[in-house]
Amino acid sequence: MAVLTIERKVLEKNDAVAQTNRQLLKSLGIFTLNLVSSPGSGKTSLVEKTIEYIRDRIKMAVIEGDVQTDLDARRVDALGVPVVQIVTHGACHLEAALVRDSLKQLDLSAIELLIIENVGNLVCPAGYDLGEDVKAVLVSITEGDDKPLKYPAMFRNASVLLINKIDLLPYVPASPETLEKNALTINPHLKVFYTSCMSGEGVSEWCRWLENKIKKK
Amino acid sequence: MHELSIAKNIIDILNENLTTDQKCKVKTVRIKVGKLTNIMVDSLLFGFEALTRETDFEGVTLEVEQLPLRIKCENCGKETDLDDFAFSCPVCQGSAIQIISGQELIVKEIELND
Repeated sequence: MAVLTIERKVLEKNDAVAQTNRQLLKSLGIFTLNLVSSPGSGKTSLVEKTIEYIRDRIKMAVIEGDVQTDLDARRVDALGVPVVQIVTHGACHLEAALVRDSLKQLDLSAIELLIIENVGNLVCPAGYDLGEDVKAVLVSITEGDDKPLKYPAMFRNASVLLINKIDLLPYVPASPETLEKNALTINPHLKVFYTSCMSGEGVSEWCRWLENKIKKK
Repeated sequence: MHELSIAKNIIDILNENLTTDQKCKVKTVRIKVGKLTNIMVDSLLFGFEALTRETDFEGVTLEVEQLPLRIKCENCGKETDLDDFAFSCPVCQGSAIQIISGQELIVKEIELND
């Protein structure tokens, strides 16, 4: 009976395409953010707030990933920012090839920042490199402070944590300090921000950090 | 449910690594899955079975070797398997650690019938 040794990474094709994306974006000096969270944590609201805060200084584009509809792309389009909507028709995460195809629809020479809003899911997007510089995970305080412990891979693979909807703190039993502590247990290198897209609290700190990253690229 | 996408990637690797003759002879595919990959083995097996139905690979056994989350402490040098995902050294409590195993998602080998 013959046994063939293969030893190949299952996601090697995705990794290779992600690397090509990364090289292309790097050659054009574009800083790329992969924004991940559960559904309803406020990713699109954060994208809107980020656009409003930095668009006078930073030229940007957005790739929106959703299972269905172009509702998010319409929200971004309303702010006058170039946007490509990826509809995955059921798939629970974005893959590097989808991002590669979307890049062809954007004028990359005109932007310094690309935000990729992933499909709302704290599990599946963790393993798929898209070619980003930074993976930022967003958690709203209403989801509870135990989320990092329940979904460790996502928090381990991210380098930024945004704790969102902090305007709702008076109404929920979750503790942002516990959430941060739990996340740092999984990944002590996480850069942590506290934000509210309703009150705007913390958005300027996040955007200043982002602008600094963009300038360094 | 990204297991379906993972199963499809495994089938792509089979197609790329096997000749037409070999494709009809596959008995077992062995893969390694680390604990940190979020793969539900039952879902992966279901996805693989569903995608191989009425193909050359129908009836092929997918054998999954699950690998623990193993870390090496950069402070005291000890290697430990972690039961939970507290990424610090259980021996000296140091947080500077390297992950040695647990992130694998690898097609290891393919066994063919004679």
